[in-house]
This record gives sequence, structure tokens and C-alpha cells, in this order.
Amino acid sequence: MIRFDGVTKQYPDGTVAVDDLSLTAPTGKITVLVGPSGCGKTTSLRMVNRMIEPTRGSISLDGQDTGRMPQAELRRGIGYVIQHAGLFPHRTVLDNIGTVPRLLGWDRKRTAERSRELLERVGLELHLGDRYPAQLSGGQQQRVGVARALAADPPVMLMDEPFSAVDPIVRDQLQDEFLRLQDELGKTIVFVTHDIDEAIKLGDQVAVLRVGGTLAQVAEPSYLLAHPADDFVADFVGRDRGYRALQFQATPRLPLRSERTVVLGERPEGSAAWLLVVDDDRHPLGWVEPARIGGRAVEDSDLHRGGTVARAGGTLRGALDAALSSPSRRGVVVDDSGSLVGTVLAHEVLSAIEDTDRPERDEDDPVHGGAVAVAADEA
Amino acid sequence: MASSGGSALVIGSLFSWLLDPAHWSGPDGILTRLLEHLWYSVLAMVIALAIALPLGLWIGHTGRMRWLVTATNAARAVPTLGLLFAFALWLGPALRGNLAFLLPSTVVLVLLAVPPLLAGTYAGVEAVDPAARDAARGVGMTGWQVLRQVELPCALPLVMSGVRTASLQVVATATIAALIGLGGLGRLLVDGIAFGDYPQAAAGALLVAVLAVLLEGLLALLQRRLVSPGLARTRRPVGGSRNDDDAAAVEANARLPVGQGGIPGGSS
Amino acid sequence: MDWLADNWRTVLDLSLSHLYLAGVPLVVGLVLSLPLGWAAKRWRGSYPAVVTTTGLLYTIPSLALFVIMPLVLGTKILDPVNVVVAMTIYTVALLARTVADGLLSVPDHVEQAATAMGYRGLRRLFGVELPLAVPVIAAGLRVAAVSNVSIVSIASVVGVSQLGNLLVDGYRRIIWGELLTGIVATMVLALLLDLVIQTLARTLTPWRRAAGARS
Repeated sequence: MIRFDGVTKQYPDGTVAVDDLSLTAPTGKITVLVGPSGCGKTTSLRMVNRMIEPTRGSISLDGQDTGRMPQAELRRGIGYVIQHAGLFPHRTVLDNIGTVPRLLGWDRKRTAERSRELLERVGLELHLGDRYPAQLSGGQQQRVGVARALAADPPVMLMDEPFSAVDPIVRDQLQDEFLRLQDELGKTIVFVTHDIDEAIKLGDQVAVLRVGGTLAQVAEPSYLLAHPADDFVADFVGRDRGYRALQFQATPRLPLRSERTVVLGERPEGSAAWLLVVDDDRHPLGWVEPARIGGRAVEDSDLHRGGTVARAGGTLRGALDAALSSPSRRGVVVDDSGSLVGTVLAHEVLSAIEDTDRPERDEDDPVHGGAVAVAADEA
Repeated sequence: MASSGGSALVIGSLFSWLLDPAHWSGPDGILTRLLEHLWYSVLAMVIALAIALPLGLWIGHTGRMRWLVTATNAARAVPTLGLLFAFALWLGPALRGNLAFLLPSTVVLVLLAVPPLLAGTYAGVEAVDPAARDAARGVGMTGWQVLRQVELPCALPLVMSGVRTASLQVVATATIAALIGLGGLGRLLVDGIAFGDYPQAAAGALLVAVLAVLLEGLLALLQRRLVSPGLARTRRPVGGSRNDDDAAAVEANARLPVGQGGIPGGSS
Repeated sequence: MDWLADNWRTVLDLSLSHLYLAGVPLVVGLVLSLPLGWAAKRWRGSYPAVVTTTGLLYTIPSLALFVIMPLVLGTKILDPVNVVVAMTIYTVALLARTVADGLLSVPDHVEQAATAMGYRGLRRLFGVELPLAVPVIAAGLRVAAVSNVSIVSIASVVGVSQLGNLLVDGYRRIIWGELLTGIVATMVLALLLDLVIQTLARTLTPWRRAAGARS
């Protein structure tokens, strides 16, 4: 657990980057610091491993004051990932990953083994290990950056906009893999981003900071979307927050209807305006208008593929989106193996939404409402 | 002074001078002169490196006293010949024997070698990717480890450019130092001109040129051995994708008297 | 100062020869470097060859080159042409690479935009690429100018007159005034030439000043 206690950073010229920040990043969870530029999020992060020293207040790591720990040793025990990866250009990928183990005095053999293990763990092929950073794509470099931070298996990781310099598709992929990795590793992570979508996607707990370095609100993402503490947070969280909040709400029992289907390559029957086309395993492929193809067999080129597919037991956002994006207005729902379960209409999803409760508001503490439960050592 | 009638004739006499075994041995022979030349050059380079390397690393690492680099660069405008003569006139009379030639020459050689070394080292450390430096501190390297493991190896291409420029400068200037009485290959050249023995002067010139080219080749090889391939790839402005960062690097390179030598070996 | 007062005409004459010996090669060298640098960019494969060749020419010490020149040109050793040609070689050695780097420094997107608008071949070179490469080329030219002025003084050793004569004569006859005048005059000449190139480059690239004023 990382705990900020009344932490302030004031620069010699008088600028206050962080103002009296008190915050707890619980063990094994991802705490995201988010806010506009100038809100002190990066400064806050860098004070944890003392890249920046706080002016006032203290930061403790599992109850130990970091200000009293030797700087280099403190840092070697904390994984550190930054925006442009910051790989050492003169070292191979494997040597980059092995940096901290070597600093800690591991021998070459053990370091090399560990580096190779991590290379695979972050989804890179082994043959990339002998390359130099300049020979990698931005996304690959970022993966190496994560691997380097994980090398000595530190319990705590600091990540400063690690995915913001890569293109959106790669970013999405990296985020997904990061979450998968975190499921396995359960690190205590402080993650800085300016992107509220990223914050909501990744955070177990999201801390919104405002310019001047004060904490505006800290809460679970769903709570933040439902109950922004003030206009600033509401504004920052964005206009479509109501819709986005749906992604945190699991689908209740939706009234699924059974859908008439036609297998690709067969003739459609009946008089329906839209028919769902599936393959032999009942995986939905797309929609077809029987009237347009005039009684011949359905060909691949007849398919309308516009619709998204929702997973049964997935989120309300997924279900609603499937309905909204479907050419027939009937949202396709599949099971975990991708086979058709049924379809759902938008108004049925909306009724389901109306029947679910919004996240509870904690009346006592608007700023810390809904924050991830912290063990009793909070007191 | 031998006026060259036909080039062929002169080249012929140049080679017969060079091929005469009597010109190679003895205290005035080519081999002795070559060893002298190397000795003066190495001596000056070692002293210059001992001054410029730590200073350049320190300036690049701390960012303090950058004006010193600019100031030493401005010294490029001072004519080497004038510098040699001035130091010889100033220091020479107070000294006795060989030292009267060696000390002023060495001082000038060091003075000329320091600017490119300092500029190369400073620019090299300065050019280290700030993200890499930040990461180095962030993973828990001490200041010394950051310098030793990240900044110095990353700065090496530019440091080596500085070393190459400085070495050529020193070898070339050591040639001219024969004018103030120093030994070395310059003796053949200067005496040849003074006594109107053009074949000897041309032979000296050829030997100096060959020495400079060999040295350049040797240092280029050394650079290839020392510098990590990970850095060599990004240095080349040719091939691969280029962007504005590279353009800035090229521009910075052109501005500095480093690289393929902002100062030609000939500046002396 | 006394020495200068008595000999200022000589100093002026020598300065003019010095300017000629350093300046002519600068202009000729630049003109020769443009096609070379352009070729090195146009055919990327030739870039390393250009860099290596010019780099090697660069390594030859000037006194040696002055002495070797008659062998190559068939001239007399006292002929000023030796010095002019040698200085031109140094200038090309420095500038060919600089021109190539300068042209390579023009951002791809600018070149592509120019091509998309219908700029072709030479018009694109003179209308877009060369103007944008001016800052880099000018930087190289400044280095070449300063080193040319310094090198030319060595030509006195092979009997070609310019400011270097003051250095040699001042040393031989132990006249400090003459020696120092030679040093200072050479430096002033170098700085003047440097200033001229800087001013020229600034006039040629008005957009850089505009950008500087904004930041």
C-alpha cells in the first residue's frame, strides 16, 4: 500500500505542483491519477520513488516512510515505466530488461533467464531479445519498458502515461494485455494518464486531480461516472459518462428472443425483412435482406456486417451497443464460445437499465466516496 | 627550391628518395621521425583527454558551465601557426635543450586538441535521450552508474568523433611544429623546403598524409568496435525513416566542430 | 601598435591576398559541393562513398597537401594556384557532406507536399529543398570559412604571401608586434567572413526569424 499524507510540492519559483495530497493506493490494485496537464499527476507519481522530493508531507510504502529509505534501493524495489519507454539505446532488448536484476547483483545466467521469461510474458517473441531498441516499433518498445520494470518482481509499479505515445489500436491492445498481466501478478500500481477513458478502463480506483495539484475526487470508475463530486469532475469525466457507466453494469436477465437464422450458402426461407446469417457452428456472420437476393443462396457478399456482438452476461453497454449497431435493430447476443444465444431490442436493454440501481452514494465523504475498500490499517 | 619540370620526373625522384635505405635509418631517418611524431601526438592526446573528458562529462551531466564549450569553440579562429610561434617565443627562451621545443609545441597541441574533445563529449552527453536518463535514475542507478552505464556509452559516437578530429589536428600541427624546431616527420618536410630539396619535402608530405589517413582509419575501426550497434543505427542520416528530430541532429552536427572533423586535419 | 602604424599598408595588402586565397576556394567549393551533395541524397547508396572520400581528403594535413599539390597539378611549388586548389579540396570535403545532410534534413512531409503540388526535379530542388537546407549549409560554410582563413596562413611556409608572412617574419626576427598583428588580423578576417555568411543566411531564410520572434 502506498500512502500519500498531506504531500505538497512547491518549486523554488513558487509554483505549487501538488497541494496537500492525501491518497491511498491499495495493495494489489491499480490506482489511476488522471487530470488535465498541470494538475501535478506526474509530479505526484515521481515523488513516490523520490525522483522528485516532496516539500511537505510524507509518502509511505507499506507503512515505511520513503523519505528515510536509501534512494537507489527504494527505486530498485519499484517498477518504473515512462511514456517513451526510455529504453537504453546501446543495450539489447534482453540487456535492457535485465537492468535492475544486474543492479541488484544477480549473476548473468539468472538475469538472462529472467529476461527471456519476461520477454515472453509481455508478448514478444524471443528472437527480438537480441535486437536494439531502435529496431523495435513503438508498441514493442513499450512492452520492453514494462518487462524491464517487472524484471526484479517489484511489488509496486509506477507507470507514467506508458501507452500514450502509441497509436490507438496498439494502445487498446496494450491496455488489454496490461490488465491480463495484472490479473496474474496483482501488483500495487500507480498509473498516470491524461486520458479519462484509459483511467476508467484500467483503474480499480481513479483519482481526479485539478490544475494546481489538488485532489478533486477519488473513487471506483463506476462511482465516478455516476456521482462526480463537482462540476470540474463532471466536465472532465465527459458528456457521455452516463452511457460509458453502463460498461460497469453486468447484464441482468435480458429477455432474449430466439432468432431465425440461415446458414451461409443456403436459401433463405420465410418473409422476414432481415435474417441473421450464421456458420455451421451457429457463429453469427452478419445480416441479410432476403427480398434483395431473390431466392438464391446467401453469398458472402450479401452480408451486412455492421453490428457489434454482445456477450451474454457481459455489460449493459455491450448489449445496448449491439442493438444500436445492428442493421435489423436486433442486437445479437452470443455465449462465451461465440455461438448465437438470441437477440435483444434496444428498448428492452433500456428497461433493464431502468431496473438496475446506480452505484450507492456515500453521503459522508463526497471526495472519497466509493473508493476501493482499504484494509483497517487506514486508521 | 626545386621547380617541378615534369611531374613524372619529380614523382620519380620522390620515389627514389623514399626507396633509398639510407633515408630510413639513423637519428634523422624516417623511422626515428615517425616514432617522434607518434610520441608527440600521443603525449598531447593523453594530456588533452585527461583534461577534456572529465570536464566534458561533467558539463554534459550537470549542464553547468556550458559557456566554456562555446568559448573553446571560438578559439578555432586563432591561426595555429601564430599560436605555435607565440608560445615558442614566449616559453622557448626560458627553457633549455629539447624541452625548449617540446614544451611550447605540446602546450599548443593540447590547446588545439581540447576544444573538439570537449565539444564532442559535452554534446554526446547532452544528446542522450532524456527518457533514457530518466529511466536510468528511475530504476535506481546512482549518479555514477547513470554516467558510467548510460550517459558515457550513449555519448560515445560523438566522443569518438571528437577524438578523431582532435587526433588529426594534433598530427597535422605536430608537422608544423618542425618550424619551431620540433622533430617528427615535419622535419623532412620543413627541411626539404628550406634546403630546396623538393623530393625530400614531397616524401615528408606523403608520409604525413599516409600517417593521417591510416590513423583516421584506425580510429574509425576503434569507434566501430567501441560503439554499441544500437547507437550506430540511429546516427546515420541515410536509410530508415527520418523525422524532424533527425534533422535537428544533423543540424547540430553541422554546427559543432565534430563529426567528420569540423576542423580539417589541415587546419594546422 | 607602433609596428602596425608603420606597416598598415603591408597588412592591408596581405589581408587582401589572404581573403582571396581563402574566399575564392569557399565560393568554388560551394558551387562544386551542390551537385555532389544533391547526388549523395538522390542516390542514397552513394552517400557513404561521398562521406568516406571527403572525410579522407579532409584528413590530409594542409602543409602536406600544399607540398603534394605541384606533383598532381604540374605547377611550380611557389605557385598560389596550389594553395587555391588545396583550399578548394578542403572546402568541398566539408561542404559536400553538409549539403547532403542539409538536403536530407528537409522533412519528408514538406518534400511530399511539394511533389504533390507539382514541383519537379530542379524546380523542387531550387524552390523548396535548397532554401530549407540553407541553415545547415550555412553552418557548414561558416566552419569552412573560419578554418580556411586559419589554414591559409600556413601557405607562407611554401612561399605564398598572405597574413601568414607576418607570423613567420615576426617569429624569425622576434618582433612581437608583427606576430600579434598577424594573429589578430587573421582572426578578424575569419570573424568578418563568418559575419558575412551569417547575414547572408539570415537574409535568405526570413521565416526562421519569424519563428524565432514568436517563441
